[in-house]
Amino acid sequence: MPGKLKAKIVAGRHLPVMDRASDLTDAFVEVKFGNTTFKTDVCHKSLNPQWNSEWFKFEVDDEDLQDEPLQVTVLDHDTYSANDAIGKVYIDIDPLLCSEAASVISGWFPIYDTIHGIRGEINVLVKVELFNDLNRFRQSSCGVKFFCTTSIPRCYRAVMVHGFVEELVVNEDPEYQWIDRIRTPRASNEARQRLISLMSGELQRKIGLKVLEMGGNAVVGYLQCFDLEGESGLVVRAIGTACTLDKLSSGSAPNTNTHMHPNTAPASNACNSPSKDGKEPVFGEDLTSSSGPPTPFRALPTTSSSPPPFSPSKPCSRQSSSSDTDLSLTPKTGKNTCFFYLQEFPFFTLTSFPPGFLVHVGGVVSARSVKLLDRIHNPDEPETRDAWWEEIRQEIKSHAKALGCHAVVGYSESTSICEEVCILSASGTAAILNPRYMREGCLDIGITDHRLFEEPSPPSCGFCHIPYDELNMPFPAQLTYCYLCRRQKVPDVLFTTIDLPPEAAVTGKGCLIQARLCRLKKKAQGEVNATAISNLLPFMEYELHTQLMNKLKLRSMNSLFGLHIQISVGENMLLGLASATGVYLTALPAPGGIQIAGKTPGELSNEHHILTIQKRINDTIAKNKELYQINPPELTEEVVGSPIPEPRQRSRLFRSHSESSDEVSELDLSHGKKDAFVLEIDDTDAVEDIHSLLTDAPTPTGFYSCNTEIMPGINNWTSGVQMFTSVRVFRLSNANLTNQGLNKIFTDLCENLLKSFYFKLRSMIPCCLCQLNFTVAVPEEELIQVTVTAVAMTFDKDQTQEKTADKPPTKGGSETEEQLQFPLELCADSSSANCQPTSKISGTASVDYGSFADRCSTWLELLRLKAHTMRRGSVKTISSLERCSPLPEGRSRSLRSSRSFGGSSVTVVKMTPLSFLPGTRIIKYLGIINMFFIRETTSLREEGGVSGFLHTFIAEVFSMVRAHVAALGGNAVVSYSMKECMLMENPNKNQAQCLINVSGDAVICVRETDQEPTPSTTNIGHTSASATDEAT
Amino acid sequence: MTMELDVFVGNTTIMDEEVYQLWLDGYTVNDAVKVRMDGGVMEECEASADVLLSDTMDQYRTFQMCERLLHSPSKLGNQLLFQIPPHRQAMLIERYYTFDDAFVREVLGKKLSKGTKKDLDDIGAKTGVTLKSCRRQFDNFKRVFKVVEELKGPLVENIRHHFLLSDKLARDYAAIVFFANNRFETGKRKLQYLTFQDFAFCAGQLISNWTVGAVGEPADHQRSFRFYMDVDLDKEFLQELKELKVLITDKDLLDQHKSLVCTALRGKTKAFNEMETNFKNLSRGLVNIAAKLTNTKDVRDFFIDLVEKFIEPCRSDRWTAADIRLYLTHYNNSAHILDTFKHQVVWDRYMGVVKSCIFKMYHD
Repeated sequence: MPGKLKAKIVAGRHLPVMDRASDLTDAFVEVKFGNTTFKTDVCHKSLNPQWNSEWFKFEVDDEDLQDEPLQVTVLDHDTYSANDAIGKVYIDIDPLLCSEAASVISGWFPIYDTIHGIRGEINVLVKVELFNDLNRFRQSSCGVKFFCTTSIPRCYRAVMVHGFVEELVVNEDPEYQWIDRIRTPRASNEARQRLISLMSGELQRKIGLKVLEMGGNAVVGYLQCFDLEGESGLVVRAIGTACTLDKLSSGSAPNTNTHMHPNTAPASNACNSPSKDGKEPVFGEDLTSSSGPPTPFRALPTTSSSPPPFSPSKPCSRQSSSSDTDLSLTPKTGKNTCFFYLQEFPFFTLTSFPPGFLVHVGGVVSARSVKLLDRIHNPDEPETRDAWWEEIRQEIKSHAKALGCHAVVGYSESTSICEEVCILSASGTAAILNPRYMREGCLDIGITDHRLFEEPSPPSCGFCHIPYDELNMPFPAQLTYCYLCRRQKVPDVLFTTIDLPPEAAVTGKGCLIQARLCRLKKKAQGEVNATAISNLLPFMEYELHTQLMNKLKLRSMNSLFGLHIQISVGENMLLGLASATGVYLTALPAPGGIQIAGKTPGELSNEHHILTIQKRINDTIAKNKELYQINPPELTEEVVGSPIPEPRQRSRLFRSHSESSDEVSELDLSHGKKDAFVLEIDDTDAVEDIHSLLTDAPTPTGFYSCNTEIMPGINNWTSGVQMFTSVRVFRLSNANLTNQGLNKIFTDLCENLLKSFYFKLRSMIPCCLCQLNFTVAVPEEELIQVTVTAVAMTFDKDQTQEKTADKPPTKGGSETEEQLQFPLELCADSSSANCQPTSKISGTASVDYGSFADRCSTWLELLRLKAHTMRRGSVKTISSLERCSPLPEGRSRSLRSSRSFGGSSVTVVKMTPLSFLPGTRIIKYLGIINMFFIRETTSLREEGGVSGFLHTFIAEVFSMVRAHVAALGGNAVVSYSMKECMLMENPNKNQAQCLINVSGDAVICVRETDQEPTPSTTNIGHTSASATDEAT
Repeated sequence: MTMELDVFVGNTTIMDEEVYQLWLDGYTVNDAVKVRMDGGVMEECEASADVLLSDTMDQYRTFQMCERLLHSPSKLGNQLLFQIPPHRQAMLIERYYTFDDAFVREVLGKKLSKGTKKDLDDIGAKTGVTLKSCRRQFDNFKRVFKVVEELKGPLVENIRHHFLLSDKLARDYAAIVFFANNRFETGKRKLQYLTFQDFAFCAGQLISNWTVGAVGEPADHQRSFRFYMDVDLDKEFLQELKELKVLITDKDLLDQHKSLVCTALRGKTKAFNEMETNFKNLSRGLVNIAAKLTNTKDVRDFFIDLVEKFIEPCRSDRWTAADIRLYLTHYNNSAHILDTFKHQVVWDRYMGVVKSCIFKMYHD
């Protein structure tokens, strides 16, 4: 009996009219937790009822507290017939179970109905009293903190990183139960929402237990996904990284200079990347069995002389190394003994690490497998699904080992389901980590492995140095001595799924690089279908990879970060989308150009054609170099090769060359220049490829884009932030499309989306789109859906390139920029800045800025005035909202009145997919936000068609997230992501249904200039939380 | 590339003021795209027509979703669906309630009923305002009218608080409500030269001087709310106006008044002769208007009477605005010196308003 949950229903507002006769509503509220239900009195004839109920008390197990949401249902009382439901609010009380998170949930929640959307708001207060539980065998894991953020959260210190945790739970999908045939769509949707809420609660609790077992107290990089397998059930699965975190006292908060390392990327999006394995996905009984590498790769003429780290030919060597060894992580070279023998999977969902954590990076590892879904017979024993993932993880592990690495970082998993076929994907970056941060068990390795730590590599290039032995290269790569330290070898190209380490040396700026691909496939059923998909996958991965490589070269860059490859399956096609951020790493050699070679050199016209194309390519490369400011220090090849290597090493180098396969040397010979990348034009396909290569529109002036947390080369962020979600669905009208036609359509779709963003956000220039996360799906046969979530952030243009962005200029930037964008945040921010002596000292407050702030404050003044007059005669509860409740964390300090019309307030809640908000400091994490909504309509036309329907729904989801964060006392969501946006429509029946799953971390952040989070001098604080309507 | 579905939703709602204006002006999406293209946004950021169309559609959808909230602006401030900065909210509201002077001039003083609404397409055609925009403006008038009609307290304040409008706009709405409520005739050909702003000024004068609310705290018997309002003219005052008739019915008084005015005016204006000859006519005109105001019908004709009985005669004699000012000032003041004239307070209350109305309505 270790907990008491208390809830109080205060008031409602803006309720819908439920009684046509009186144009009013007789509302009452049911509060339900577990099997206990309480009711408020009926508040007759009011659209703004004041219930001011007593405290409803639920005495419950903490296990239930973790699993169950508090369910608040608003109903319209009807004397003669059944009461009509107005809508519901599900409140996740998990944040209250952790002493360091929120202490009370209090605020206005949108009342949500799955058919009608938001219908008014309700003010609710929730508290929890936890009793100590001494039972060792308890099933709950209260107190374990969860973070979506894929780095060590700001304001915490990692004492120890314990490693990978995973769990999955399965259930029958209520939508497919027999009862669904007789119940209303509303009941069915609600059953589903509730079930998923329960399942995620259970999942989180179970993962928490594992973390406690490992001795940790937190999960970082928590990634939870749903697989709606249709008939065969519903799977909720999660992975994360268990850690022991120490809270830093607010004064000694670590360098939160977000401009310097805004590092983490919630690359939580289950991503899959091709990379290191051209592994042929198989299906059926022995699904992940490693069959031989797809043969075509070798024969393909485009294989260059300098294959990338995960070039197609690599699988061979990987295969050989993994086939004969067990899956323990001892790399063949025996050099790096395993740090992680205690752990089955040395995986880390983190994408960004404390300095010194990441020693070397090997390259991307990924695995895919195609499965046929069958009904989950026994939900309590989800063995099949567990086994599937187990296989994939084993494969990833062996890939990592083949790369001489003992760990996988930036790890994520994802699925794509179409009917009964499911593609499971996992990907990550093979790496060698510093054992200092690991569990005790790892420490003894230090002895066997001084090589790594005796002579620590410089942080700016160390991670680029190859982890594998050059004698036993896992794949033929072109190695050179590091261009920075000249002591160790680096590959010519580096692909990773992680964020760019903040300390890495970079030349110029980065940019978003996407490879897009469509492949038609025949419609089929069952195993035939699965085989067809399996056979297509390696080709797709290969082509995506080639595209990425070409585009990288075209931009004159040599590495990819945040690589995320998604392959989506539909009934008659497969879609592949690879996104990454291209960077020029100073430590790596400059990429060679792209050479065009004709198959038939004889023809004159052809020759001419080739020359033209070659010229265009060269021009583009030159232009890109300028655009991304890539001016590496000129180094001759001789310098690289000669000076340092001792004779022994040199001979080894030669030997490794001689050992490499004939084919490689042949290729080497055939193209004279060492690192030129050759494209052969032998058929129309190749021409198309080149065209698509050249048609990527450049980003307009003033814009940059990347899919990582921060843009390499931009450090001086200002505080303009706009998070957005955009969805587009394209209907393929032409029945007999070719692969090429499809590719064109798909590419245009993505390019147009980007163009649209640039246009819409033009007022933010100069600005950068960060964490651009594209998700593709094939919801129906003829439809392609692309969903994008990203954040646009402004930066100070005048102050580029300087790695050590000092504070004062940054502040200056934030002010100037504030005039440009988002006056909402701006109002608050600027006026608070105005009263900060520090910002004045920095001497950046311009005249304009001053006047702007003035204008704002006059407005605020005015609004407050209005609020006052309006409030005359309003009810007690509402006026109490105005009361300031000074809370220690500064959550009370806020401009509640600044936004208040009519005597109540709406807290400004910023949202971002990044782990930080520029110009602010996170002072408290309030808990994880993980929400799942279903919306359905039977009046699609009336709601403005699918676009109107989805537009409203997304806006509603945003508002519900904001309301929950505000109720927790927060003012921002970081590491926000939309994991799922599944739309089904039937315009003929005037119907549509949509499922959305979002997650993130609720936080309180304060302006960086605030030294102490004490209430500032004016009533206009900044945007910190206010919704602590202590309405009593 | 036409999309089956195409949406863009920002955490902070993105709104382009230019598109908002096009939406308010009743442009269709396609027309709006054309206007924007001509405006040169495309060159500004290398956009294509597709991009512009998609952006316009998004914004139109957003505005449509907001429209419901704009109908009761106080909701916009505490709704949770859209995160809109306060100054943007104010902009949205202000622009939504802004109207075309040409349009309002047509419906001013008309009953805000279904009947008038049916004529909107004619009015639209006449004023060049799109029907959609006409409807919005008309519905705004009606909505404001309905809300404040039954409210106690000062009209302008009521409008400002309920609709969160700027002072200027609230005053204009007060004028519209006041005109609609009293059904002042403004459509006659003779009144065509007057702009909405002329009438709005006069309405302001009437509201602040001739209504019950204008006198300040109401007497106890007037507390029932129907009285303590400034939507209606002060009935008692209108009754008292009848007493002013003495100024024209009493021959001595009329002559005395005339001589006082003429003495004061002599040598000060070129139009002195006309003033002297017309004095009795003009004075009869103004006093008769006052005396008849107890009839609702004559209240409606208040402005037309002012024009016919005073402004037109003066204009035909080519008085300048300064002449009018001079004449009316002395006409008003001289009445105070008449020892047998006892209704000084009523006289001032009446003449104060009439004077400023005529000043405003007399265009050179």
